[in-house]
Amino acid sequence: MVRIMNQDIAIEVEDLQKSYGKTKAVDHLSFSVRKGEIFGLVGPNGAGKTTTLECLEGLRRQDGGVIRVLGFNPQKDRRALNTHIGVQLQDSSLAHQIRVGEAMDLFASFYKHHQTPSELLEQLGLSYQRDTAFAKLSGGQKQRLFIALALIHDPELLFLDELTTGLDPQGRRLIWERIRDINGRGKTIVLSTHFMEEAERLCDRVLIIDHGKTVALDSTENLIRELTVDHKVIFSVNGRFDVSLFQGLTSVTGVDVFKDRVTVSGRSEHLVADVVKVLINEKSRYFDLHVQQPNLEDVFLKLTGKEIRD
Amino acid sequence: MKALFKLTWVEAKLFLREPQAFFFTLIFPLMLLFVYGGIYGNAPKALFGGFGSVDVSVPSYTAMIIATSSLISIPVIIATYRETGILRRFKCTPLTPLTLLTADVIVISIMTALGMLLLILAAKLVFGLRFSGSYLSIGLAFVLGCLSFFSLGFVLSGMIRTARTAQIVGMALFFPMILLSGATIPLETMPAALQSFAKYLPLSFVVRLLKGLWFGQDWLGLMPEVIVLVSMCVFGIALTAATFRWD
Repeated sequence: MVRIMNQDIAIEVEDLQKSYGKTKAVDHLSFSVRKGEIFGLVGPNGAGKTTTLECLEGLRRQDGGVIRVLGFNPQKDRRALNTHIGVQLQDSSLAHQIRVGEAMDLFASFYKHHQTPSELLEQLGLSYQRDTAFAKLSGGQKQRLFIALALIHDPELLFLDELTTGLDPQGRRLIWERIRDINGRGKTIVLSTHFMEEAERLCDRVLIIDHGKTVALDSTENLIRELTVDHKVIFSVNGRFDVSLFQGLTSVTGVDVFKDRVTVSGRSEHLVADVVKVLINEKSRYFDLHVQQPNLEDVFLKLTGKEIRD
Repeated sequence: MKALFKLTWVEAKLFLREPQAFFFTLIFPLMLLFVYGGIYGNAPKALFGGFGSVDVSVPSYTAMIIATSSLISIPVIIATYRETGILRRFKCTPLTPLTLLTADVIVISIMTALGMLLLILAAKLVFGLRFSGSYLSIGLAFVLGCLSFFSLGFVLSGMIRTARTAQIVGMALFFPMILLSGATIPLETMPAALQSFAKYLPLSFVVRLLKGLWFGQDWLGLMPEVIVLVSMCVFGIALTAATFRWD
């Protein structure tokens, strides 16, 4: 076993390839994950996210390319790697009749060193479900249990595959908070998602992939900033509104009025201040003013020419 | 070792919470015993060489319990593992497949033995069960029957993908076998043509071995049964090792 350690890098992937028959699931991907960050694999269903994760976890053998996870080769050193990584799989389940506490004790017994199950359940808000059968848990509770199971041996690195798919917005928010907590305790997290909002809220950096190929790799802020998409200030007015008021402003690129709704577009960071200043100076009666900023969703649309939910 | 112990304990609890496995292994044999025992009693009959109807039935019902564990419990357990993706999840832990398989065999063996002990206890207390063999021989025959049939169960499990299919295939093999092997209905009451077919059913060998030893026959006279069951066991384990896939 050759373990090549790097102080700052948790995962290195070079030229990863994996095909199923003629379909190229992963097509020459290269990226690295830094220790301590939340790294997102983002893309539509079928983009190759799960296949990539499974190669990193040692569950699938790649056709080509080099992978190092915490210095291990996931294929050759899977056993050794297993004690350092925590894994939540997409579409995984447990026996219907197993109780939360039992599942925790069982998984704890697989490892030489493990955390106290009750403390972990507490951290993930599952203390009251200790005696509940797996089948009786809500979707969000099941996912939190899978996170708890993945953390039982206190791994350095956590893989989460489509963690919040199928959860309601509230359940999703709760999971996001837990993931931030876990990251705050120093764990590196690699997650896959097709929710752009999730990637934006959680990830330090994202790798956007489509058809197994890299579309973009950067921090979410950079990706959005570099995107030449207009910010929009939208507000409503009573009665008529004089559009020419905004025409002198350099930050404004366009004004659109539809019924009593006014949309002012522009790219400058002064846009909001400029628009509001005009409204105050003119003593205009406006209401319901809000700002629409570009998000990762727009980044994806811009870079691939299609909606992520296709 | 800690993992094996914990896994065995959890699997045992899950087994008892699963109504179907619980019923067919532990309750159904008792139901048969009380229904048929209630109808025919256990008075000595010349037809059975001085034994009663219950005495003759108990070794046969034992064979039926072995068949339940092998053809229903094992395939359903393994198929459920596959279907829920739990095997892939285990693959991401230090747990070895061998530990998991060992835990399953231990639990199924204990439940099968428990089924037999309950049956014998009830037959003894209620119907005054008679026994003229040696405990050691019956114990050994029980172990041999279990090993050969469990391995058959694992071969089946290797071929079946979903729990629903496992249940149907298991039942399709189980019912003809318990009805025709003499495990529930005495073979002697069947037409000759059916008998000559039925005696080659795998379960018939277990029934003959257990019945023979129960009434004091010696092992030498039961060599054909022993040879068939040992071969089934060896063949089954080899086939399982060669074809078994975790996912």
